Amino acid sequence: MVVIIDYQAGNLTSVVRSLKVLGVAGEVTQDPAVVARAQRVIFPGVGAAGKAMAILQELQLDQALQEAFARGAPILGICLGAQVVLEYSDENENTRCLGVLPGRTRALPRQPGLKIPHMGWNQVRFLREHPIFKGLPEGAEYYFVHSYYPSPAQEDMVLGVTEHGATFSSVIGWRNLVATQFHPEKSGRFGLQLLENFLAWDGSYAE
Amino acid sequence: MLSKRIIPCLDVRDGRTTKGIKFKNNVDIGDPVAMARHYYEAGADELVFYDITASSDRRDIMIEVVRQVAAAILIPFSVGGGIRNLQDMRAVLLAGAEKVSVNTAAMLEPNLIAAGARDFGSQCIVLGMDVKKVASSEAIPSGYEMVIHGGRTPMGIDALWWAQEAERLGAGEICLNSIDADGTQAGYELTLTRMISAAVSIPVIASGGAGTPEHLAEVLTTGRADAALIASMVHYGTYSIQEIKDYLQQRGIPVRLLW
Repeated sequence: MVVIIDYQAGNLTSVVRSLKVLGVAGEVTQDPAVVARAQRVIFPGVGAAGKAMAILQELQLDQALQEAFARGAPILGICLGAQVVLEYSDENENTRCLGVLPGRTRALPRQPGLKIPHMGWNQVRFLREHPIFKGLPEGAEYYFVHSYYPSPAQEDMVLGVTEHGATFSSVIGWRNLVATQFHPEKSGRFGLQLLENFLAWDGSYAE
Repeated sequence: MLSKRIIPCLDVRDGRTTKGIKFKNNVDIGDPVAMARHYYEAGADELVFYDITASSDRRDIMIEVVRQVAAAILIPFSVGGGIRNLQDMRAVLLAGAEKVSVNTAAMLEPNLIAAGARDFGSQCIVLGMDVKKVASSEAIPSGYEMVIHGGRTPMGIDALWWAQEAERLGAGEICLNSIDADGTQAGYELTLTRMISAAVSIPVIASGGAGTPEHLAEVLTTGRADAALIASMVHYGTYSIQEIKDYLQQRGIPVRLLW
């Protein structure tokens, strides 16, 4: 069972639709008990870290996610979901986050003439091999919409990077968690390939 | 490096696309879903739909179109035209659009932008601007005025001021249409586009006047636009998106070439 966590952070219809294209009926839930039974978890979301964390705590989804990680269920974070898995976010004044991975979410550095939010298609340079990158060609682009990015404490947790003014980590991962700052569900066939790879992944990856 | 986006724009009335289209393959030219699928496969980076349905009791047809388009493509698309309140926004977003575009309603009630950004996130809220060049005055210091009704009704609002105000209110993007250039196929309004794009930090989509790939190159460099809206030049089969992107790449402009 693939569970998509709904914590009122944006529209989940495109994630559900993409899974449907792959022949998988994802279950959208706000219920921690459902997350506890999930074989596989997708943790999407757009919006601000502060509000997201407040809702996750209120629904007790914060614990459910931490437990899902601890028991080894493959987890895919997307966009805001890739940010709040870290310990802190600079958004909304040092928001305390889930702390599944060490590190913090930082604002994209502003510079003259650089558009923020980083919105549109951009490339990802894969720094390490990972099962979810299987079959993705060099030069493929993915759809981004964000002003913050995840910055894990350990360098080996950065799986892919992207350029927008500066270089930032756009794919992070450790053990059974992998997370993309971009939206695979809106990134055409390469995004779909990544989702398909995630559905086939057993969750094992370097410690 | 962030690619410049090429965005076909489709006008929809009563659930049917309005422009006569000459595709080489067998696409039903009046079917917005078939056209969306065609442009998705042809390399469009995003799509824009404008609902020009006149009668309000036929609006639900558009929601059904949005639902079907969302099931047919895996790239972002926005929907504009007739979005008057939060309920309209919610209906379009829940049907599967990534973004909603507000224009006249936001000028009449600017708080709609703030409320939309609060409820759905800034990334969902596109400010549509129809702009006309006028003589500089105290009320319109930039010399560009907001207009409605296809340019027939001036609003007395300075376009530069309004773009910055909308960003402050929480708009995530601006779709900037020059009424003077619209439909001419003689090139985008570069001065206007450059002025607005330089004055805000959110992305600006240039609209109105595209006729050749050279026009896109101009507006994406000189005009500083982040994306270019196109209509007739692809709807009538004059150019393919591939041809446009190949040209832009040769000019050193970053575009998405794999899809």
